[in-house]
Amino acid sequence: MSLEVAMVKISIEGKYYEAKPEKNLLETCLSLGIDIPHFCFHPALGSVGACRLCAVKKFRDKDDAKGRIVMSCMEPVTEGLIISIDDPEVKAFRSSVIESLMTNHPHDCPVCDEGGECHLQDMTVMTGHIYRRFDFPKRTYYNQELGPFISHDMNRCIQCYRCVRFYGDYAGGKDLNVFASRNHVYFGRHEDGPLENEFSGNLVEVCPTGVFTDKTLKKHFTRKWDLSNAPSVCVHCSIGCNTIASERYGYLRRIMSRYNGAVNGYFICDRGRFGYEFVNDEKRIKTVLIHSKNEIVPEPVNYEQLLSCLDQSLSRNKNIIGIGSPRASLESNFALMTLVGKENFCHGISKKEYLLTNTITEFLQHTGIRTPSLKQIEKADAILVLGEDLTNTAPMISLALRQAVRNLPNEEAKGKGIQLWNDAPVRELAQDSKSPLFIATPFGDSLDEIAEDTFRASYRDIASLGFAVALKLDKKASELKSDKKDIEKLAGKIAFSLKNAKNPLIISGVSSNDESIVNAALNIATALSSIGSKAMLSLVLPECNSLGLAFFPGKSFEDAFHLIENKEIDTLIVLENDLFRRAEKESVNNLFKKSRQIVVLDHLPNKTAQAADVLLPAATFAESEGTFVNNEGRAQRFYKAIDSKSQVKESWRWLGDFIKIRYGNKEVLWNRLDDIVESMANELPVFSKLKEYKPGADFRMLSTKIPRQTMRFSGRTAMNANISVAEPKLSQDPDSPLAFSMEGQQEMPPSSLVPFYWMPGWNSVQAMYDYVDEPGGSMKGGDPGIRLIESTEGIENTYFGQGSQNNAAEKDEWQIIPLNQIFGSDELSSVSSSVLQKTHEPFVLINQKDADIISINDGDYVQLEILKVKLRVKVKIDSSIIQGLAGLSVNLPGMPFFNIPDTGKFHKL
Amino acid sequence: MLTEEEKKEIQKEVKQYPYPAVACIDALKIVQQHRGWISDESVKDIAQVLRISSEEVDSVATFYSRIYRKPVGRNVILICDSVSCMIMGYESLYQYISKKLGISFGGTSSDRRFTLLPISCLGDCDNAPVMIINNDHFNRLTIEKIDELLEHYK
Amino acid sequence: MERPLTKYITPGSIAYNLEDYKKVGGYAGLKKAMKNMTPAEVTSLVKGSNLLGRGGAGFPTGVKWSLVPMNGDDSKPKYLICNADEMEPGTFKDRYLLEGNPHQLIEGMIISAYAIRAEKAYIFLRWAYKKAEAGLRTAINEAYKAGYLGKNILGSGFNLELHVHSSAGRYICGEETALLNSLEGKRALPRTKPPFPAVSGLFGRPTVVNNVETLSWISHIVENGADWFKGLSLTGTGGTKLYGVSGKVKNPGIWELPLGITMRELLEEHAGGMATGHKFRGALPGGASTDFLIEEHLDVKMDFTTVAAAGSRLGTGTMIVLDDKTCPVAFVHNVERFFALESCGWCTPCREGLPWVEKMLASIEEGTGKMEYLDLLKFNAKYMGPGNTFCAHAPGAAEPLQSGLKYFYDDFVEHITGKKCPWK
Ligand SMILES: Cc1cc2nc3c(=O)[nH]c(=O)nc-3n(C[C@H](O)[C@H](O)[C@H](O)COP(=O)(O)O)c2cc1C
Ligand code: SF4
Ligand code: FES
Repeated sequence: MSLEVAMVKISIEGKYYEAKPEKNLLETCLSLGIDIPHFCFHPALGSVGACRLCAVKKFRDKDDAKGRIVMSCMEPVTEGLIISIDDPEVKAFRSSVIESLMTNHPHDCPVCDEGGECHLQDMTVMTGHIYRRFDFPKRTYYNQELGPFISHDMNRCIQCYRCVRFYGDYAGGKDLNVFASRNHVYFGRHEDGPLENEFSGNLVEVCPTGVFTDKTLKKHFTRKWDLSNAPSVCVHCSIGCNTIASERYGYLRRIMSRYNGAVNGYFICDRGRFGYEFVNDEKRIKTVLIHSKNEIVPEPVNYEQLLSCLDQSLSRNKNIIGIGSPRASLESNFALMTLVGKENFCHGISKKEYLLTNTITEFLQHTGIRTPSLKQIEKADAILVLGEDLTNTAPMISLALRQAVRNLPNEEAKGKGIQLWNDAPVRELAQDSKSPLFIATPFGDSLDEIAEDTFRASYRDIASLGFAVALKLDKKASELKSDKKDIEKLAGKIAFSLKNAKNPLIISGVSSNDESIVNAALNIATALSSIGSKAMLSLVLPECNSLGLAFFPGKSFEDAFHLIENKEIDTLIVLENDLFRRAEKESVNNLFKKSRQIVVLDHLPNKTAQAADVLLPAATFAESEGTFVNNEGRAQRFYKAIDSKSQVKESWRWLGDFIKIRYGNKEVLWNRLDDIVESMANELPVFSKLKEYKPGADFRMLSTKIPRQTMRFSGRTAMNANISVAEPKLSQDPDSPLAFSMEGQQEMPPSSLVPFYWMPGWNSVQAMYDYVDEPGGSMKGGDPGIRLIESTEGIENTYFGQGSQNNAAEKDEWQIIPLNQIFGSDELSSVSSSVLQKTHEPFVLINQKDADIISINDGDYVQLEILKVKLRVKVKIDSSIIQGLAGLSVNLPGMPFFNIPDTGKFHKL
Repeated sequence: MLTEEEKKEIQKEVKQYPYPAVACIDALKIVQQHRGWISDESVKDIAQVLRISSEEVDSVATFYSRIYRKPVGRNVILICDSVSCMIMGYESLYQYISKKLGISFGGTSSDRRFTLLPISCLGDCDNAPVMIINNDHFNRLTIEKIDELLEHYK
Repeated sequence: MERPLTKYITPGSIAYNLEDYKKVGGYAGLKKAMKNMTPAEVTSLVKGSNLLGRGGAGFPTGVKWSLVPMNGDDSKPKYLICNADEMEPGTFKDRYLLEGNPHQLIEGMIISAYAIRAEKAYIFLRWAYKKAEAGLRTAINEAYKAGYLGKNILGSGFNLELHVHSSAGRYICGEETALLNSLEGKRALPRTKPPFPAVSGLFGRPTVVNNVETLSWISHIVENGADWFKGLSLTGTGGTKLYGVSGKVKNPGIWELPLGITMRELLEEHAGGMATGHKFRGALPGGASTDFLIEEHLDVKMDFTTVAAAGSRLGTGTMIVLDDKTCPVAFVHNVERFFALESCGWCTPCREGLPWVEKMLASIEEGTGKMEYLDLLKFNAKYMGPGNTFCAHAPGAAEPLQSGLKYFYDDFVEHITGKKCPWK
């Protein structure tokens, strides 16, 4: 990596500052805390010089009194640079830019969804443009219907080109572009229709005004200043993007991305942004329900009734089994483990997933191989994706890969004196030269277009390729023979690229459910490290706390069946987990049959919840505090945005109550989150670092808590005036240093506790500039989260063998492999109404030739038989999937569990 | 659907360049040459041949003034409305044609015989006023000449 | 008086074919360059001749070439591009050269490509120039057959492919970096500079863009030397220039004359003076994007520096004359409407400023204008000035506007106070 560059001295308004020469002047000023109005520059997108708002005066030398106007975003920072931002001429120019943009802007702020957090409003005030001198009719546009996520209002457009630069250049989207020319440029799709790219939601934040807005928010519109906000963490995949969750009237109203320089940067995916609606679902479990033997429907009960019902079953001599969950917080899982005892605690994931996750966790903890953050993934210069469908299982990794492949041209650009922030020339220079990315997956997706090579093959051949790569790197690595011819050559090429890279990266994951693929990925990482390479290994796990759960001692779900084979269970406690997604219906029902009492804690009435004798309303991420560990091993805390007025409680709080019942008050003294975290850190060494997770609940700024609401929060008394005109008592939050209030220190809370972005002059998300050390850098005070696995010195390397094998397909059979879907395969987000609209019905993906063999067409329905289970699915024909493989969409709403990969048959309908 | 001929012509251009998308403008011109204009369907067809999205094709198509995204008549009259032609009286010419054909700039006659469009300077200012019909260039125009001229285009 | 560029052009008749061109000494310059000169020598000769680009900006051609890296990675091509987009209103000089003597351009391009070691060249041609296109294609075929193009040209080991690309219509395509984007099949948006095309141009490779007239000079300079070229002009600049005059003059047309003749000479001797019954009020000396000059400037020498000193630009050297029977407001309005329509839409001052200007001018012309508009027009002209915009399009548009307001202010006022156009 490049060494620290020497700083240069520049003069702004006659004052001297130290600055980094590889930055542009605008970024530099913004990181110095000096505001320069701008639109088209975005730290993640670089500079293009289109809006002309960031103009400053540049002077040749001290004697130059006149100076000339330059765009600060296009101005390299050089030694001795002299500039002025306040110069009257340039100030007037900037306000002219706003004035001319306003000639066509509709001034519909009172009804505009962006009002109150509009970058254009900020800039208008900042430049001081006030009076309108343009007295002609404005241009108007037709708005498009862009699907369930994004609403479109082109009249508000100020033509900064950020949308198309984000959507196309950054995220690889193809269906949003700019049309026409002059002052008729139009940003939209070729025709009406849902935006196809998985990151479309970021347009809401990237667009400086109200052209692209959050459609799910629009339905219940509320202003930014009327929201209560909390720093949160996304619950919809294992990457752990940081989010801001915002509430109004007891409902979650939106999710925005929360900056974390090491994790998601400025962006999140659409599943993460729009999946939140499950929190508001009308079917949410909000009361304690008890299903007594002689009643048909469960009855709501109060707390005392609940206690009297559980009093007996929780007593010390009872045999209680606890099933934890990869989507519940560390604290909730720990509370359950404490309640039932280590030997009775199960992870609650499918057998295969348990196996693979365990292998991975052991490996990561003991080999010292780096697990990269997304930021580090963006720096990779040779990448192999082995068997993981990133776009669907970890979309943000695929976004990071799009940035990573641009590293190679960066060197060339530097050589030609082109600054890396100068976006267009860097792209132009790059053409097709990219850092090598190799993708070995059973079927293609949009990432293929940036890959140097793609390898379409069966799981076995993909694994073989991985083994061959490892073997090329280290002779000691194990072998997995294949008769596919091109493997040797490709493996050689990949090994060469990885070996010669500064930051080689292997990506794999468990979504394939295939041991040999995971083993192959681990072997390559081992082989690389054996030759002294600082290889990175990123492994995608299925859920937001999969890795966190894996850190707990505990049995597999399958083991739970064995555990109870001979014994009766007195009480089975299921924590935030629909077991029917983890195992075949029969086994789950069997388990239930053997349990005298079933206690379920969850948010929504899934099948498991429906089987409960006692159903407890568990708080979602938005109503609770807790910690998740992402796939990188980074523990991240989320905070409640909603103070639930119903019986809804954090699972760890419910379970804490039960612990008190079971063991008495003396043994466990948990009153709030910090207490659990402390005892967890003491009990399980892997979590010992969590003690450092500061600040705790006692933290205060200027002796007050950090407000969740902005200073402009209106109507604290008015909002419930139809119920009571009295000033309501503020809700209390004992678990965090955040308050449900607008009072307190608004500026600059600690980096992990930022509930919203606001700075004087900046109501829009651009206020973020003040929260980071430099645009695109780290949060001031460090990026949130604590890495629980730090690279240690590598110990003796060993190589894995192939592992368990999948059944081979007989005649008339296909290998059925799982296809995860970004929209639909994740349990919680699939309930969200906007996501549901983007969710496909269950389908099977097959090759055209295979379709011809069984004479079916695209769009036909067939019956798919796997392990005797039959399922009606739609056929999708895909040219990339190889013959003999059939990809089955998994975990879509209404679908049963399938233990695939396995073989299956098609029956015509 | 593009015809085989159109596809062949496009492929020929594609070969000249480092990647197919470069031939976007050529492809649009080829299809327009055959069909007179570029329909939404043509946009999609071209996108398919060049392996890019419809949006990418349309973004280019709508930028250039000589790519027609609306149907035009069998003959397209382009009258230069730039400054030298203005000085030399293109306006009366336009008025005359407009009245004669019953259409103004942007319009197509009801028999689809003519579409009338303005165009900027045709680089023949010393022989103003100037106009183009289809691919034919005419200069030093007078109202008298117009009647005779239009007759040639059916 | 020597007329190297146009000597063999007879307007109205067919351009020389290869045989005829060779008979009058064609391709001798190419032979000389290939046989006796290294690329570096060609570049330094052109640099020494002080040939200034004829595309409008007057940048020294040799200097432009010398920015091209000569010892870089030769595995990927470098490019030479001839800018034959000529869309600026009032400009009709390149068409004359293209239609009249395509081989002269082709020969110049081969030598120029040799000088920068570009193995691919394009002629970016205005869509409407159908006749020129046909002529060029024929001439290029001839040149390929004769071994002037293609592989191992004249046994020198140098290869060159030459293509004609006809544009899809848009003035901004003539801006050299927008031209590159257009050639890449994209929207013709200008690119930021630096990096200059010589460093990263077409497909990110070193590229030189030169005007038709500029490139047409190269073979002559190689053949006759730098001193000969310098001696052609009346001022120190070097060379002759294609000058044109359009508008209400007796004899509008185009002439090759020594650089530095006066406006008066051009107007009176060559264009035959004003048409009967018309008086001279002013002129844009070099196309629509130059400032008005008026009566008092008639003795200004038409070269790059002198015209600039008088407050305008030589531009393309083709003059548009404003007479007393033409409304100056309508004139300015026409020009500004052109620029507003041709804005690429990338940067704010141009995209938003020009339509505003256009609307005010239309309104003044119709007699509905307000006095405030005059200040607003001045304000916008300044707002769109050099450095404020992304490329030179809007600053070009500001020139006739600001000077029009300066010299014909009373006419503007009269429209507003009289609530009608006095010429209508
Ligand atoms: C808006 C705009 C339009 C232009 N149009 C042309 C043109 O049509 N032909 C041309 O040769 N140069 C044109 N230019 C100038 C070119 O950018 C460039 O300077 C020129 O082609 C370089 O050639 P030269 O060095 O031989 O003069 C234009 C510039 C601008 C800003
Ligand atoms: S000045 Fe700006 S909007 Fe105008 S043509 Fe140049 S870049 Fe485009
Ligand atoms: S102004 Fe019409 S041809 Fe020049």
